[in-house]
Amino acid sequence: MPEEKSRQPIERVSIIVSRGSLDGVYPGLIMANGARMEGIEASLFFTFFGLDAIINKRLDHLKVATVGNPAMHMPTLLGALPGMSAFATFMMKKEMGKLDIPPVREFLETIHDAGGEIYGCKASVDMFHLKKEDFIPQVDDIITVGEFYEKSAGAQIIFT
Amino acid sequence: MHNLEAMKEVSVVTLEIFGKTLAVDKDGHLANPGDWSEAIAREIAATEGIGELTDQHWTVIHFMRGVYQEEGAPPSIRRITKESGVDTKGLYQLFPNGPAKRAAKIAGLPKPKSCV
Repeated sequence: MPEEKSRQPIERVSIIVSRGSLDGVYPGLIMANGARMEGIEASLFFTFFGLDAIINKRLDHLKVATVGNPAMHMPTLLGALPGMSAFATFMMKKEMGKLDIPPVREFLETIHDAGGEIYGCKASVDMFHLKKEDFIPQVDDIITVGEFYEKSAGAQIIFT
Repeated sequence: MHNLEAMKEVSVVTLEIFGKTLAVDKDGHLANPGDWSEAIAREIAATEGIGELTDQHWTVIHFMRGVYQEEGAPPSIRRITKESGVDTKGLYQLFPNGPAKRAAKIAGLPKPKSCV
């Protein structure tokens, strides 16, 4: 019996995006969109530097971090050279384009149109002195952590 | 050994429509897209709870089958919404609870393998 219960299909996910690099943002977007594709309810909660992904002026300019990322297989000093991050970003976008993975703005629009909900974290919004107008129109609301938990009732919470 | 058994299990799964026995894959999609017809699509749609197929449903179904015939794989959701004339909102309304896989099932095609 307990085994049967643990095999219950996932019905809802709440995905937290806490980082603002391109490689920090995409996994959450792919998981949210993938959930909707499978008929799973999905909401995205952007917090701390993850907010950059829903700030109108910033989200088209997210970059891949080339320093402090051992999986880049690049010496730290080389990664710190001017243009390195831009180059890595260009390469990653090119490869993702080949896989039909959309740019961040289009991806957020798709997730929103697919019925996914998009939220910003109030504490982070206050900390960075941001206003509702700074965000893309697909953002449903700016909410507190308490409201995030309320909205996540019955959901699996995924932190990225 | 284990694999062989699994394969055997897959191949015996069938679907009976109009007195015909059709082979299906492990996801319950037609194993041979050539077995498909519009009448079969209506039957699958009914069992899936989609109901009556509208012109918009047929647009998506025929687009997906066209891509499959040309390329051997069903299109991603993104491609459907960019090229078929039905947008994301529309697609999710036409085929609720998992549009790509349900549309593919009704179109007699395998489940799309794409992550987006």
